[in-house]
Amino acid sequence: MSRSTQPSFRTGKILRAALYSVLILFAVYYLLPLFVMLVNSVKTLDEIRGGNMMSLPEAFTIEPWLVAWSKAQIGVEPTGLSPYFINSIMMVVPAVAISTALGAMNGYVLTKWRFPGDKIIFGLMLFACFIPFQIVLIPMARVLGMIGIAGTTSGLVLVHVVYGLGFTTLFFRNYYAAFPDELIKAAKMDGAGFWRTFTRILLPSSGPIIVVTVIWQFTNIWNDFLFGASFADFDSMPMTVALNNLVSSSTGVKEYNVHFAGAVLAALPTLIVYVVSGRYFVRGLMAGAVKG
Amino acid sequence: MSFLQIDKVCKSFGSVNVLRDISLDVEEGGFLVLVGPSGCGKSTLLNTIAGLENLTTGEIRIDGNVIDDLPPAERNIAMVFQSYALYPNMNVGQNIAFGLEMRGMPKDERDIKVAEVAKTLQIEHLLDRKPGQLSGGQRQRVAMGRALVRNPQLFLFDEPLSNLDAKLRVDMRTEIKRMHQALGTTIVYVTHDQIEAMTLGTRIAVLKDGIVQQYGTPAEIYNDPANLFVADFMGSPAMNLIPATVRGNTVEMARVGEEPLVLDFKQLPDDVATRDGKEVIVGIRPEAITDADSRAAIRAGQQVTASCKIDVVEPAGADIYAITSLGGKEVVTRLHQDWFGQVNQHAELVFNLEKVVFFDRESGIRLR
Amino acid sequence: MQPSLPGKAQATLREVLPRLVLSPSLFLILLFVYGFIIYTGYLSLTDSRMLPSYDLEGLGNYAKLWGQRNWLIALQNLAIFGILYIAICSVLGLVLAILLDQKIRGEGILRPIYLYPMALSFIVTGTAWKWFLDPGLGLENTMHLWGWESFTFNWIKDRNMAIYTVVIAAVWQSSGFVMAMFLAGLRGIDSEILKAAQMDGASRWSLYTRIVIPQLRPVFLSAFVVLAHLAIKAYDLVIALTNGGPGRATELPATFMYSYTFTRNQMGVGASSAVIMLAMIASIIVPYLYSELRERR
Repeated sequence: MSRSTQPSFRTGKILRAALYSVLILFAVYYLLPLFVMLVNSVKTLDEIRGGNMMSLPEAFTIEPWLVAWSKAQIGVEPTGLSPYFINSIMMVVPAVAISTALGAMNGYVLTKWRFPGDKIIFGLMLFACFIPFQIVLIPMARVLGMIGIAGTTSGLVLVHVVYGLGFTTLFFRNYYAAFPDELIKAAKMDGAGFWRTFTRILLPSSGPIIVVTVIWQFTNIWNDFLFGASFADFDSMPMTVALNNLVSSSTGVKEYNVHFAGAVLAALPTLIVYVVSGRYFVRGLMAGAVKG
Repeated sequence: MSFLQIDKVCKSFGSVNVLRDISLDVEEGGFLVLVGPSGCGKSTLLNTIAGLENLTTGEIRIDGNVIDDLPPAERNIAMVFQSYALYPNMNVGQNIAFGLEMRGMPKDERDIKVAEVAKTLQIEHLLDRKPGQLSGGQRQRVAMGRALVRNPQLFLFDEPLSNLDAKLRVDMRTEIKRMHQALGTTIVYVTHDQIEAMTLGTRIAVLKDGIVQQYGTPAEIYNDPANLFVADFMGSPAMNLIPATVRGNTVEMARVGEEPLVLDFKQLPDDVATRDGKEVIVGIRPEAITDADSRAAIRAGQQVTASCKIDVVEPAGADIYAITSLGGKEVVTRLHQDWFGQVNQHAELVFNLEKVVFFDRESGIRLR
Repeated sequence: MQPSLPGKAQATLREVLPRLVLSPSLFLILLFVYGFIIYTGYLSLTDSRMLPSYDLEGLGNYAKLWGQRNWLIALQNLAIFGILYIAICSVLGLVLAILLDQKIRGEGILRPIYLYPMALSFIVTGTAWKWFLDPGLGLENTMHLWGWESFTFNWIKDRNMAIYTVVIAAVWQSSGFVMAMFLAGLRGIDSEILKAAQMDGASRWSLYTRIVIPQLRPVFLSAFVVLAHLAIKAYDLVIALTNGGPGRATELPATFMYSYTFTRNQMGVGASSAVIMLAMIASIIVPYLYSELRERR
């Protein structure tokens, strides 16, 4: 992404300045909400009510963050968001690991061990990426109940694995499709079977796509609200649902500073992932957007 | 008994027949080249020998044993791929040793084997590098090393030189020939390059549309082509294929604005002689049409000298290619480098009648 | 390789192993996606209310659904939201991509700033924008404090305008992503073509309108498909930003389905609305996937 397609037209200084102004203006537009959240999460409630949302805090306080983390009222319990943060972690880690592993094997089979009908299977998996989840909410609730994991973190893990499979398979399939078939033939001639070809030849070269897939799955599952709201009970509620409860609870005084601290806390893991490995994040978005 | 026997092999994908009734025998230590245009089935045939693809009917035997049902790794065959197929995550040493490792050879034995092969191929200094850090020629050597180290009873090469630049290709060609002479292992080699086929093979099978057009030694294929396709495909510049009419013991080739050129044979082949008054295709290689000074012309026994108009002259260093027109076709002639003829003027050309072959106009089959 | 297995069994295992590996995933997808679609489709034909019922009553739910004012509002809102969301994101994404493609110093800083909202949860986005758009606390208040007393911006409280606030927040979240898609498309154009166009005397304007943008057609298509399906699925953002309000002013099919199924005990109607949503998405995705998969090999 470093090469510019622009041939060298001569550009006037004024035009150039205008160009940069526009670009910076947009940067401000994208940064403003985050700035507002951060600034107001370290203000006292009085200062927020009386003051300007754009101004820097007069009296810096970390209190809202502490309240959001461990004291805020979520539903009926004054636990703060911390138990739900942990719920999210307990849900995200296994769901990402399982769906990525399955996706890798699916991609391997669908590209290197092709068989009649494999394209239809891939098509079925791909379409599953796009279904509106409303169509599965009712039966899913019943099936989770039937197998006894309704309202549990395990139930959410299952849900996220199932509905992440299409994407993980797509990522690995596209990556492995570009992996030369001759390497697989060479491994066969060398005596490596199905598994050893996978573990010794393909997996060691799959670093980038594993990172892309893990980031994609992590972001999606962490940010999910619909499944959490539908299938979690109070003890297994993920972070997004807890945040929404906190923000939209109609009882008592609205503690905006706590809401913002909570929102930033909920956004933090995905933001950190994005900052640390934005390159791969973008690649995942692209792979998700440009199919085939 | 032949070492490698390909016996009535057929292969089809659905309704498409990729290989049709292919039978080839190679003696031990032989060098079989499968040559043909893309899509002729040569790579598929190689893959069926390797066991990478199943054949539909027929049998393949090595040293008398049927190998059809064995998985690739148990056939004791090694293969060099077009892209070399070096494992990108392993260094050169690990690449060469991987096949041995999969067969359960202990590490210290593997190391000795790898060192031996690396020495033979002069790639000892590359053992710790990754494939991505190697040049094309080096990769080629490593791929050969990977095949050599297993000491197989049969080597397969799938267009191994097509990714190299022209000069390196010639060098590596020599290298492969030298390796074959030194080891004496039987080789099956696929290429679309007819020069590679001629220079390397002890036996050549020319394929088209999944059918063997001709199977023989390089000399047989070159001098005695079985049909128009082989005649046209093998040799560069290609054989001149000129429509001509049979008149008694002569053939006539039409010329624009001139009398036809008449080649007077003392005795036409029987199949041609019976076609008096009909049209046939005359095949004559460029080097069989030359100028009077060339030694080839003097040595030729039965010859006809005729004056022909020269349309284009292409000096090629050692020779000069001059193009004239006969029977409505451009005809390439190969002349001595000191020849001094002019474009658009007539020159005396010598036709070596002993090297002329005839084909049926419709079927393309050789007339003998 | 297990030497204990006879050769034939070993060969069979080799044959079926790949399919065996694929089968758990296939099973999950078939059951949890396609089985569930059939189940929901069936429910939409029954008289299910609070709990699923298996008594068929034909297309009654669909008739009920299309008689609901809320459903028609939801569809109307989806049309407004979808069209504006897709159009603004595409235009903004394309413009930003072209501007960023002018050998900009600091592109490495600007690009991630444009893109980071995509990493956020819609719940977080909704929380931030709800406050930012609140007349008493957010932008309007700020403008008043800065001395622009007459400034009003109370769309989020206005029944007629609230749906546009959903567009604002959604565009904020997704436009950077569209920008990244277009930028990748721009960088993928053969630079020799651009040089040739310059040799032909193309101005910068005609270079883009005649050469570059027409070549981005596949990107427009991809962006459209991604944005359209996001629009139809949009749920979290509305919940966090307006919770469907004020009144029913920002109801969308997704929120409609949820409330009819789980809070209003009209499961049959909810199921039928889900089927309509699936049909809308399928009508966009299926032709797209079909053409994409057919092109490759």
